[in-house]
Amino acid sequence: MSRFGTEITSDDIVDTLSFFDNWEDRYKYIIDLGKELPPLNDESRNETNLVRGCQSQVWLVSEARDGKLFFEADSDAFIVKGLLAVVLAAYNGKTPEQVTAFDVEGYFSALNLLKHLSVTRGNGLRAMVKRIQDTAAAN
Amino acid sequence: MSNQSNTATFDAERVRADFPILHQDVNGHPLVYLDNAATTQKPRAVIQAIVDYYEQDNSNVHRGAHALADRATEKFEGARVKVAGFINAAEPRQIIWTRGTTEGINLVASSWGRANLSSGDRILVSAMEHHSNIVPWQLIAAEKGAVVESIPVNAEGAIDLAAFESMLDDRVKMVACGHVSNAFGTVNPVQDIARLAQGVGALTLIDGAQAVGHWPVDVQALDCDFYVFSAHKLFGPTGLGVLYGKTALLEAMPPYQSGGEMIESVSFDGTTFNQLPYKFEAGTPDIAGVIGLGAAIDYVQGLDRDGAAKHEAALLAYAEERAKATPGIRLVGTAANKTSVMSFLLEGAHPNDVGLLLDQQGVAVRTGNHCAQPIMEQFGIPGTVRASFSFYNTRADVDRLFEALDKARQFLV
Repeated sequence: MSRFGTEITSDDIVDTLSFFDNWEDRYKYIIDLGKELPPLNDESRNETNLVRGCQSQVWLVSEARDGKLFFEADSDAFIVKGLLAVVLAAYNGKTPEQVTAFDVEGYFSALNLLKHLSVTRGNGLRAMVKRIQDTAAAN
Repeated sequence: MSNQSNTATFDAERVRADFPILHQDVNGHPLVYLDNAATTQKPRAVIQAIVDYYEQDNSNVHRGAHALADRATEKFEGARVKVAGFINAAEPRQIIWTRGTTEGINLVASSWGRANLSSGDRILVSAMEHHSNIVPWQLIAAEKGAVVESIPVNAEGAIDLAAFESMLDDRVKMVACGHVSNAFGTVNPVQDIARLAQGVGALTLIDGAQAVGHWPVDVQALDCDFYVFSAHKLFGPTGLGVLYGKTALLEAMPPYQSGGEMIESVSFDGTTFNQLPYKFEAGTPDIAGVIGLGAAIDYVQGLDRDGAAKHEAALLAYAEERAKATPGIRLVGTAANKTSVMSFLLEGAHPNDVGLLLDQQGVAVRTGNHCAQPIMEQFGIPGTVRASFSFYNTRADVDRLFEALDKARQFLV
């Protein structure tokens, strides 16, 4: 299981990103976060887990355990994978109530750099957030 | 460079001055706009024509009994005449205003298709068509029991003309094909395609969206039955397109949408329809857009078009030469006859990542499958990075692209 959502929280990511004063450091950090996210095995990269975007693909696996939701995610693109880590930092290991209550719009806008990334419909990020929220609503 | 002599005749720097949007910084860098296959930028003359229309002539066309309506109608119909001349249509009533290329194809698929297709009929589209030249045909085919089949495309991204010829029989009723591939820039042999289709009595619809902004198109020489394109890829406004059709076909086709303007007389006993082109133009049209397109055509025709085309070809040659000299770049779509589109992959990097890192450096490109999923699947790639050039791009823009690619590689590979 990844450290996102437990050891690395959404607040940590907002704090760290606010230190960087150039785009190169921010993007390097995002790409590094993605590298920390364990890759999904080929079996999990299936049609059911696929969240379709027109530019890159995202796979999301969820599991409910002890009243909490656990997510694993992967993408074929590095920067998107880093963004998935950012999203999992907010949602992984939380109760369905916490997932539902989380202000994801506020989070994205606090992550200033990600503003335009998060609204790009092509990268599948919005669709993944929606799927996480739907999972919480169903549990 | 050997191609420099070609560019000497066309002054791209001077032309750039006509495009206000090009002179800005993006993410702290001067903008390099290489997404012209998605949409072209607008010269000041087009923007001004739209402003002038709203400030001086705004009125509904064709029916007002006053001076403004007369002026608006004159400019609106004047633009239709310009478009007819621009693509060498025999008469202006063959020019139908649409919302864009996509609507033009939908109009033909829906109107012509519903009246003419029947069970077992075949519709052929190239394997590298934009989704907008696949899906409308699939919908009408499903409704009528017809089938949509793909014309093979080879590894260079060129249509296999012999394979196409062998697919033809008298069940083929429509051949729909791009003039230029949006994903690769391949110029398709549409004149041959139309001639071969005619041999079995099939009609042809040519999607000219990626062609009209690059060189003169002559619909009579192509001898296609329908030709569609969008104003916004021809330096005009978004939301407007053109459908050209052979007169007899357009006359015979039933209306597409209905409402005002497209009728001759309406009663509850029955309604009769207006003549061409109004039969297909229900509702108040995009008058400002049409006038903007007229200005765009004036602008383009005021350029040295031959020089512009040579300049674009030289830019592509220079970009491809640099790509080949750069390790790790793989060109996708290497047909002999291309417009100025360079589709490529940076080995080991996802196109989307490359695009985001280029954007941070002020370089605008398109990444992804370019709404052409079937051909990307055939090539076994998730998509490409696409740099597409227009006549206002320069060698300096190409240099900036490769500088930015070098930096992107440091992040990703």
